[in-house]
Amino acid sequence: MSQVAAITTAVEPVESPLTPESWGKLGMWVFLAADGMSFGGLLAGYGALRYGSADWPVPAGVLGIGLTAFMTFLLICSSVTMVLALAAIQRGDLRGLRTFLLLTILSGLMFLGMQAYEWSHLIHRGLTLTSNPFGARLFGTTFFIITGFHGAHVTGGVIYLSCYLVRALLGRMSQANANAIEIAALYWHFVDLVWILVFTFVYLL
Amino acid sequence: MASAHKQPNYIGVFWWLLALTVIEVAVIFLPIARLLIGILLVGLALSKASLVAMYFMHLKFEARTLGLIAMTPLLLCVLFFLALLPDLSAIPHRTTESPQVSATPH
Repeated sequence: MSQVAAITTAVEPVESPLTPESWGKLGMWVFLAADGMSFGGLLAGYGALRYGSADWPVPAGVLGIGLTAFMTFLLICSSVTMVLALAAIQRGDLRGLRTFLLLTILSGLMFLGMQAYEWSHLIHRGLTLTSNPFGARLFGTTFFIITGFHGAHVTGGVIYLSCYLVRALLGRMSQANANAIEIAALYWHFVDLVWILVFTFVYLL
Repeated sequence: MASAHKQPNYIGVFWWLLALTVIEVAVIFLPIARLLIGILLVGLALSKASLVAMYFMHLKFEARTLGLIAMTPLLLCVLFFLALLPDLSAIPHRTTESPQVSATPH
């Protein structure tokens, strides 16, 4: 036992070769990999169901490509404002942090608003979780589940970033919290990255 | 550490992402084979996803192990799809026949 304790003591103080300054960042990456597998499973299932269907509609003929292309643009913009928020806190610019965090949150909220508009429009045309007047019933099921799962992630991201914005407004953020913002930024960029894939596989292909 | 490296040109990456998105939307209207459109779209989507991961998520400046962690879901996704293909190929194309069968009075 004492030998084991000696070895443990000798090994523990060594910094991780992965992320020396941030175990939190590694934790977020592992979470994102697991979450990515959830999306991967959904997209693979979507592909398999579509491949096996004889009357799968061409998505561009049913879904609004112009609107979703703009939603993609919005998320790309939000990723830029997020990296600018991170750059701001890293140089100690708290005003910049507040401004860019607010812009990122507003972009996320606009994205969600547009998704709600798109959903209500499609539901009005008869596309629901269980019905699809344009062909295969599972088209509606997969569409709402995949975009809904992503929308839930955007909602989570908006809440996550809002917590930091409130802290920043209360003056409880400083340059020392740059690592926390970097971890939050990883989550937000992941949401953007997944949307890029959802946009291609569910809307364009 | 991601913050220790020189900051990438974020605005430059933004313009690339925007240009690739415009190309993606244009590609679906091209008068070429559907398979070719599919290949182009997947290539463009993966390029955009790589740009976000490499520059916005700073994977380009991180340890290689983090890159391997990030790649795992993509590989598994392809594996999921390939694992499902034999099952789907085994199902005869059923949906084209079924409406006629159900319409026949018994």
